[in-house]
Amino acid sequence: MLRQGSRLLSRSVTAASSKSATARAFSTELPSTIDSTFVESWKKVAPNMDPPQTPSSFMKPRPSTASSIPTKLTVNFVLPYASELSEKEVDMVIIPATTGQMGVLPGHVPTIAELKPGIMSVHEGTDIKKYFVSSGFAFLHANSVADIIAVEAVPLENIDAGQVQKGLAEFTQKLASATTDLEKAEAQIGVEVHSAMNAALSG
Amino acid sequence: MASNAAVPFWRAAGMTYITYSNICANLVRKCLKEPFKAESINREKVHFSLSKWADGKPQKPVLRSDAPEV
Repeated sequence: MLRQGSRLLSRSVTAASSKSATARAFSTELPSTIDSTFVESWKKVAPNMDPPQTPSSFMKPRPSTASSIPTKLTVNFVLPYASELSEKEVDMVIIPATTGQMGVLPGHVPTIAELKPGIMSVHEGTDIKKYFVSSGFAFLHANSVADIIAVEAVPLENIDAGQVQKGLAEFTQKLASATTDLEKAEAQIGVEVHSAMNAALSG
Repeated sequence: MASNAAVPFWRAAGMTYITYSNICANLVRKCLKEPFKAESINREKVHFSLSKWADGKPQKPVLRSDAPEV
């Protein structure tokens, strides 16, 4: 795309000079006749005008990052129907990101992570609380605040192992017999979610 | 410029992230133990009334109660 750049530039310059009557000048080119009254009045007004503002100047200032790494991580864990954890100060959170289980400590580099079905564990001293998350996102900010959003998150005790096995068998069979791309994708999702629940219950 | 990053299999099959996420959530809900399962399915029910408009006037509304299904 850029290889043609120089050819296009040189082509437009020659076009402007040869057929200036039919070709319109670019707005960035200087006008052939300079209007002196305009220049005079512009010079009067210009020093008093502020330069145009950019969108970032209208944004609220970002929360400041502490100069030293805080000792605790502030976690906000929300579901569409409930706020599971709100501004809870914890030591560490392990989230099931698509790239693998990610441990988040205070002072973690700012990250946006997409979550896959898996276990999320919140570590507070010796207390570990585990949830099975269906999918969602985790936003880790520079000021050691972690916003984790999930569509469905349940404590592991609430999952029925028998139904997980049944579901796994059903979807593995559906995957083998699927024909269209969409059916295959749905069956694949079923297999992934059920295997993750299986691993969560047994691990 | 080549497409960056491998697309997930569901995106390649034409599914959007929201569809994928809802399917995952429904599957998890189906595998819950009894009181929680009934609660969650109850929570996710939607009821709505849909009316088409013709000539600036609403036609007879259609009432729908959809329980989510995978």
